Amino acid sequence: MKGLKKQLERIKPHFMPGGKLSSLRSVYDGFETFLFTPNETAGVKGAHIHDANDSKRTMIIVVLALLPCFIFGMYNTGYQHWIATGASEFPFWDLMLYGFLAVLPRVIVAYAVGLGIEFVVAQWRGEEIQEGFLVTGILIPMICPVDIPLWMLAVATAFSVIFVKEVFGGTGFNILNVALVTRAFLFFAYPRQMSGDSVFVPTEPMFGFGGKAVDGFTGATPLGEISTATSQEQVANITADWYDAFIGLIPGSFGETSTLCILIGAAILLFTGMASWKVMLSAFAGGLAMGAVVHAFPSATYPVSYISAFDQMLYGGFAFAVVFMATDPVTGARTETGKWIYGALVGVMAILIRSYNSGYPEGAMLAVLLMNVFAPLIDYCVVQANVSRRLRRAKTSVRS
Amino acid sequence: MAEKIKNSRVFLNPFSKDNPVIVQVLGICSVLAVTAKLAPAMVMGISVIAVLAFSNVIISLLRNTIPTNIRIIVQLVVVAGLVVMVSQLLAAYAYEVSVQLSVFIGLIITNCILMGRLEAFALGNKPWPSFLDGVGNGIGYAVILVIVAFFRELLGSGTLLGYQVVPDSFYELGYVNNGLMILPPMALIVVACIIWVHRSINKDLQEQ
Repeated sequence: MKGLKKQLERIKPHFMPGGKLSSLRSVYDGFETFLFTPNETAGVKGAHIHDANDSKRTMIIVVLALLPCFIFGMYNTGYQHWIATGASEFPFWDLMLYGFLAVLPRVIVAYAVGLGIEFVVAQWRGEEIQEGFLVTGILIPMICPVDIPLWMLAVATAFSVIFVKEVFGGTGFNILNVALVTRAFLFFAYPRQMSGDSVFVPTEPMFGFGGKAVDGFTGATPLGEISTATSQEQVANITADWYDAFIGLIPGSFGETSTLCILIGAAILLFTGMASWKVMLSAFAGGLAMGAVVHAFPSATYPVSYISAFDQMLYGGFAFAVVFMATDPVTGARTETGKWIYGALVGVMAILIRSYNSGYPEGAMLAVLLMNVFAPLIDYCVVQANVSRRLRRAKTSVRS
Repeated sequence: MAEKIKNSRVFLNPFSKDNPVIVQVLGICSVLAVTAKLAPAMVMGISVIAVLAFSNVIISLLRNTIPTNIRIIVQLVVVAGLVVMVSQLLAAYAYEVSVQLSVFIGLIITNCILMGRLEAFALGNKPWPSFLDGVGNGIGYAVILVIVAFFRELLGSGTLLGYQVVPDSFYELGYVNNGLMILPPMALIVVACIIWVHRSINKDLQEQ
């Protein structure tokens, strides 16, 4: 590391104003602060912020929290593929390698496109490169079906980075969650590649590795199956192996199947104070409450209403969206009371959409995006309520 | 009249600096609704040009006889009459397109551009400048409509005016039409992109 630091210091003058590469200063700066903390830090005395936490550190911790899901996603991708090929043995490292080969191109494409746009915009505006894409770039492949064509991923990533983030001013100014907009774009633009029976489990070998799926194999997600089920018994059969859904050995988008790994990630986020426990808690509470309401009125028209509230938490992207998307500090509510309202409504909306709109087997994405839009309004109402409460208090104290 | 504007300016301003859609942001609803395909967008554009030009002329001719307090009603009657005529002509000679456009021809009555031009221009100007103003604004509207429809049909359906443009070999390689382009939100984003480009070129239009 020391050698690298020296090397960076040596080439630094070229990038300073007046140097021959000064136009690429933001690139240099981005790399330097990515690898090392900035040289200028506040002193230990005085009322400065002593913690060297900055948004880069925050991003890295979120990426760390995502790692369990990511690693499990690789295993599960391989596992689902092995099931599809009709295999009876599941060699661990083969599964991992297959999953790795399957997801690697998606990660590379998401990062290359997103960071490419960030670099170009940063150079263009003469600003520092912002690190917001660090998390987004890994989230995008995790919330998409692993078989999504690369060019679609590239188009969607470019769209959401430009139209949701850069036009509003870059990292920290986006009004919606960039990764979720990428998914929403794919979902509405290319519905056949984003939902249905055949997209969640790769049926072809990856780079010549792995087998071909047996004929007649369908890889529908449990929620997809449930939304087309016709009777309570059928739904009960699917939810009977809820333990698989908790561990994550079910077909689904790459990183969101394992509720266990999501909980590990949630623990990391909460322990380090990166995410708001209020949002998570109220979202799960809202989801459970709405799930209970839905389950109290079972109907064959809406087969999802046969699932119990607890099972609702395990299936689909609900837990992932609540832990990693709803807690995004930029797009969520910022007032403390607002966080409760915002989280609860995310949970309620997700289950509501999932249960009563057969067009969308999973509602978590739309719920979080919808609440992203409403977050500033929630904050406004909370602040105004506080203002009028204090005004009232001031008036009564003057009178008495 | 406060200032005398040249007829050529009256005609040309709405194309760019005073465009009804991308500068005044009027008539957005129909831009979202009829631009999924190029053909209906063109017919809609022509219809609006016709209605706008003739209603401008008629109101301009009547401008000294209309009592101020009922002028909106008179304007509506004139526009409604013209819209019904256009709608009947379309139903007679271009039935397919008129079915595609469905209510949106009728809704030209409520198009803000019409009321805006009648109120702002025709009530205070002679028939000839009013006619030019109507045609100019109509073309300004139609141009944006056609640009938006061009991109939406090309990317959303792979066709232009109903003819396939994206070659079959693309589809065989895995290219898929973008379904979002067919949906109205994308029309809004395409209009936003046009505004973006337009304001980058005309820096004096940029707000601080």
